[in-house]
Amino acid sequence: MYVAVKGGERAIEQSWRMLDSARRGDPALPELTVQQIRQQMRLAVARVMTEGSVYDEELAALAIKQAAGDLVEAIFLVRAYRTTLPRLGYTLPIDTEQMRIQRRISSTFKDVPGGQILGPTYDYTQRLLDFSLLAAGDSPQAAPAGPPPEPEAMPRVVALLDKEGLIEQERASANPSEPGDLSREPLRIPADRSTRLQNLARGDEGFLLALGYATQRGYGNAHPFAGEIRLGHVVVEMELEELGFAVELGEIEITECQMINQFSGNSITPPVFTQGYGLAFGHAERKTMAMALVDRALRAEELGETVESPAQDHEFVLYHSDNVEASGFVQHLKLPHYVDFQSELNLVRRLRENHPALRPEQSDPLSGVQTGMQADPPHNAREENAA
Amino acid sequence: MNSASAPVTDVADMADMADVTDVADTVTPAGADAAPEITAGYNFAYLDEQTKRMIRRSLLKAVAIPGYQVPFGSREMPLPYGWGTGGIQVTAAIIGQHDTLKVIDQGSDETTNAVNIRRFFARTAGVKTTQRTAEATLIQSRHRVPERPLTEKQIMVYQVPMPEPLFRLEPRVSECRKLHALADYGLISVKLYEDIVRHGSIATTYDYPVIVNNRYLSSPSPIPKFDNPKLNMNPALQLFGAGRERRLYAIPPYTPVKSLDFDDHPFDIERWPHACALCGSRDSFLDEVIVDDAGGRMFVCSDSDYCGEQRAAQESATATAGQQTAAAGQERP
Repeated sequence: MYVAVKGGERAIEQSWRMLDSARRGDPALPELTVQQIRQQMRLAVARVMTEGSVYDEELAALAIKQAAGDLVEAIFLVRAYRTTLPRLGYTLPIDTEQMRIQRRISSTFKDVPGGQILGPTYDYTQRLLDFSLLAAGDSPQAAPAGPPPEPEAMPRVVALLDKEGLIEQERASANPSEPGDLSREPLRIPADRSTRLQNLARGDEGFLLALGYATQRGYGNAHPFAGEIRLGHVVVEMELEELGFAVELGEIEITECQMINQFSGNSITPPVFTQGYGLAFGHAERKTMAMALVDRALRAEELGETVESPAQDHEFVLYHSDNVEASGFVQHLKLPHYVDFQSELNLVRRLRENHPALRPEQSDPLSGVQTGMQADPPHNAREENAA
Repeated sequence: MNSASAPVTDVADMADMADVTDVADTVTPAGADAAPEITAGYNFAYLDEQTKRMIRRSLLKAVAIPGYQVPFGSREMPLPYGWGTGGIQVTAAIIGQHDTLKVIDQGSDETTNAVNIRRFFARTAGVKTTQRTAEATLIQSRHRVPERPLTEKQIMVYQVPMPEPLFRLEPRVSECRKLHALADYGLISVKLYEDIVRHGSIATTYDYPVIVNNRYLSSPSPIPKFDNPKLNMNPALQLFGAGRERRLYAIPPYTPVKSLDFDDHPFDIERWPHACALCGSRDSFLDEVIVDDAGGRMFVCSDSDYCGEQRAAQESATATAGQQTAAAGQERP
């Protein structure tokens, strides 16, 4: 019977096989291909790439397939693979102003240079289940996407407020230091903004969403406006030392959000608008908006605001945002804890032996329990202290 | 520490490393687990050499400042955080081709997580593995220290979930670092004092805080306090790895390790009114096993290798005694 607590190699191998067959489902149905996932579950692919910290649609789709659609597990798979890759260098900063735009909206101005472009969005779908998708085969309304958008200069909305000095501007510093890399170095507190943004980009969408939401409900004193949200493709360039100039590596699809927040100012700084920033791979508006809200909340300290809510607290946010860490540690409770629990069992038994509510004169166990529940612990402590 | 990547200056070493068949021969000796084939496409012991070097540097610092938590660039391992990623990275950084590895979880070599980690190294490093404490040169453990005393030739690697002994009292990492820097450990003393006031004794039974080398307050990892005395002046090097929290620390050989207590409430370990139901030992940590629906229980050694050794010793003693009796019977007229 003692053997029952032991696992062993064969049990693990058996579990792998069961997992494989559970993932495959009914073998009478055709197997999902990685290409299908890549093309038809693009939002899941985008999330796995962003939180997995690697831009590779095929790998992300493979991870989603292998994880049977569990995105946090897929993110873990991608991360575990990514860690084995060498880091070759840094690309140049991407220029989102030169983005090949698919969607671009601003909620702060009715019209902006370059225009408002609705693009693909679930926002106005009315959320009616489309039963035509139940039928096999291509859906009939796979309409042509229309002519490709014409390349047009699209200055950032926040830059339009620059002339009046109404909003702080984020400019590239003359001597930028090498960015940190959280996948190579431990997080250190206090963390600078670029490290914080890196942490938030890798952070769990659900966690950021809840925190961002909390700032809107009064836990963080936010007055946000969606200054601009852009979705599209940008060019990635890298400077090669041997050549001495930048080479285009390709294009990536990204979503960017610049949130405008009020800042009431203080005796030194006049009132001005401030920014919160969000960026993610692929189409990820919810993620980037939540990220921008949390980024702004985390700037409370540097802007001289009172830090009073979890979303403004660097350690609270940055140490708990990673879903691979969180998922691992929460689920490690599945591992055996016989030894720790044995120690606690011994302790609780010993403490109960000495507890006044369980003394022999109260032989009825039920009354003992009731007394125990009504007893006021500090009062007991004082009694023992006096004794 | 037989490091595979150490500069190969020793001719004998070089010959050994070149002689692949020699290494392969030692992979599956009798009594050890059958090692699966070494997985292709990965470096020896999975981590790349740059990462190993980074971890070794942090370990050197940890050994130089006993009990001090050294931040390190913990990698994402193919095992979930919280399941031993810190221990695995330490083991991977120090294991060599001639090491013999033992992995235990809750004292047992046969729980699934121990099997999984042992197999990970058998697959990625092709090293000899064992379940016997005496044979191991490297022991990775979760929540126990083996009952059998360790030697100078052995290294213990502990998996640590929360390296910060103060985290329940002060969750802020930045604050805790200040408290360590100032050796300001008043918080924990007050906590232990409050335990005594409320319960009559200290109510911490595992992960019981220790002072290492009379300086740093440290977490011994969630070992039962029963094991705490084994940390003190231990001949083996003891390394602690916390992967998720990205910290390493160490207790070098023969370092004083003191479990916190008060003069009038000295540190004490747990004791059982029972002996092990299998081997009869009264000196080992016992696990309680529920054996039937009526709540029947038995107590058995948590250290499965120790329990086996005790039983083997008894059997051979009985056999010898039996032989002697038989021999004596023959001599008797």
